[in-house]
Amino acid sequence: MPYLIESSILAGHIPTLKGDGFYRQTPANAKNYLMKVIGIETSCDETGIALYDSVSGAMFQRLHSQIKLHAPFGGVVPELASRNHIQRTLPLLDELLSEAGGGKGQIDGIAYTAGPGLIGALLAGAAIARSLAWALNRPAIGIHHMEGHLLAPLLAAGDKPEFPFIALLASGGHTQLIQADRHGCYQMLGQTVDDAAGEAFDKIAKMLGLGYPGGPEVSRLAETGQPGRFKFPRPMVNRKGLDFSFSGLKTFVRNTIASQTEKAQTLDRQTIADICLEFETAVVDSLTIKCRRALRQCNTPRLVIAGGVSANRRLRQKLTEMALQEGGAAYFPPPDLCTDNGAMIAYAGYLRLASGARQGNEISARARWPLTELRPPRQPETEHL
Amino acid sequence: MVWRMRVIDVQGEAAQRRLGGALADVAGGGFVVFLRGDLGAGKSTLVRGALRRLGYSGVVPSPTYPLLECYELNKGRLCHFDLYRLGDPEELEFIGARDVFDTRTSCWIEWPERAAGVLPQPDLDIHITGAHEGRRVALIPHSPRGKTALEGIRWSG
Repeated sequence: MPYLIESSILAGHIPTLKGDGFYRQTPANAKNYLMKVIGIETSCDETGIALYDSVSGAMFQRLHSQIKLHAPFGGVVPELASRNHIQRTLPLLDELLSEAGGGKGQIDGIAYTAGPGLIGALLAGAAIARSLAWALNRPAIGIHHMEGHLLAPLLAAGDKPEFPFIALLASGGHTQLIQADRHGCYQMLGQTVDDAAGEAFDKIAKMLGLGYPGGPEVSRLAETGQPGRFKFPRPMVNRKGLDFSFSGLKTFVRNTIASQTEKAQTLDRQTIADICLEFETAVVDSLTIKCRRALRQCNTPRLVIAGGVSANRRLRQKLTEMALQEGGAAYFPPPDLCTDNGAMIAYAGYLRLASGARQGNEISARARWPLTELRPPRQPETEHL
Repeated sequence: MVWRMRVIDVQGEAAQRRLGGALADVAGGGFVVFLRGDLGAGKSTLVRGALRRLGYSGVVPSPTYPLLECYELNKGRLCHFDLYRLGDPEELEFIGARDVFDTRTSCWIEWPERAAGVLPQPDLDIHITGAHEGRRVALIPHSPRGKTALEGIRWSG
């Protein structure tokens, strides 16, 4: 491998900060001294930067979406444009700091997404975070992207979930059911065996001529759909276990579109809306049934939903109802923290840094990184990155 | 040089997987397969069938989001690309694609046209068409090795 990635993970050593390491002077009262943590998220399309102030609870954030940037190119996202992350990150950080007031000197720690994701994009964020940390003589920490999503509901204004809880992580790249026993201690209950839920939304949008990625557009059109006209399968609900599958549903929708087009030459707007509604309902039903199963199987009343798909209105409604029926509650991140963002990384980084987790200065990232490999902060000999 | 193509009609997902398995039998290390067809045509299904035949029993997720998934097998390695989201052929470098084209790895590449000019020549170029249950799979060899492989496929439906 050409990247200096795995070696630093395997080494798993507790790093030594040279010089007057800010943190080294105050290990016993770390929490008190880690007030402001920067979060840098560059695992995929979005460049997200945030500043979390743990004392006031304030979160400042900036997001730059590459989707908008590349919309003129047929709507296909050049994910791998790592140079865009490089161009955006520092100007976004400057903007953020001027909004928050004060310069880089106020930063107490830096968190960045170290994986999983696109290696070029991850390394761009890692290089900036580690360099900044080195220059400021502050600790930096690599965060697991999905842990960021998983902990994002803790940033909601109202009720916050307590450990242990079940988490459904559903986005364009992931669909997983996780049992979170405590911070850093996660078990995989089930995952998609083919397409992710958000990916299925995006592909259906493409088939219906709604552009790519077009998941939210499918949900918008579903609002005007007539229920009952189409009947799609609910994937995997008759199978045991907690895995998901959305590829068969995708093919079923493809066949439906073909039949409708053969009948009427073209798809009218109402037919498109009806297909969107039945598709969305099938995905929501499938996710809801598996989440219910997970709550019962683990005897845990709390369900956390995170990732881009958690912004889906119908899914929120169904899962909230289901959790109530099961005598528990469903927790969601604030709407702007459902999709990829820097705030969740800043917060997850704050929690780990404040617990005393430290890493070496290597610029490291992992494209593939199972969430179950994470460990609670400061657990000896198993430092996670 | 032009070699004869072969057309195979396939009924249903299970048969599509079997065809993937039959392809795996003839595609060894260094073999490059291009897979073309619309969303839902069954490109990933062929690759799943190939991986099962090669003894891989784990989950085979869609590579649409990560663009590349590699599987270490008893004999060599299989790399599954989905270049649908690639914006520019040169971006292949960012996923480390250069390192996977070696003699122990068979590469199965969906949406190869997104990286035209950067990918190596395929041994087999596969086009999948058809709606509903039926699929027509056209296999076009682009190398002597591809031609030999095509002649060696054991397929009785």
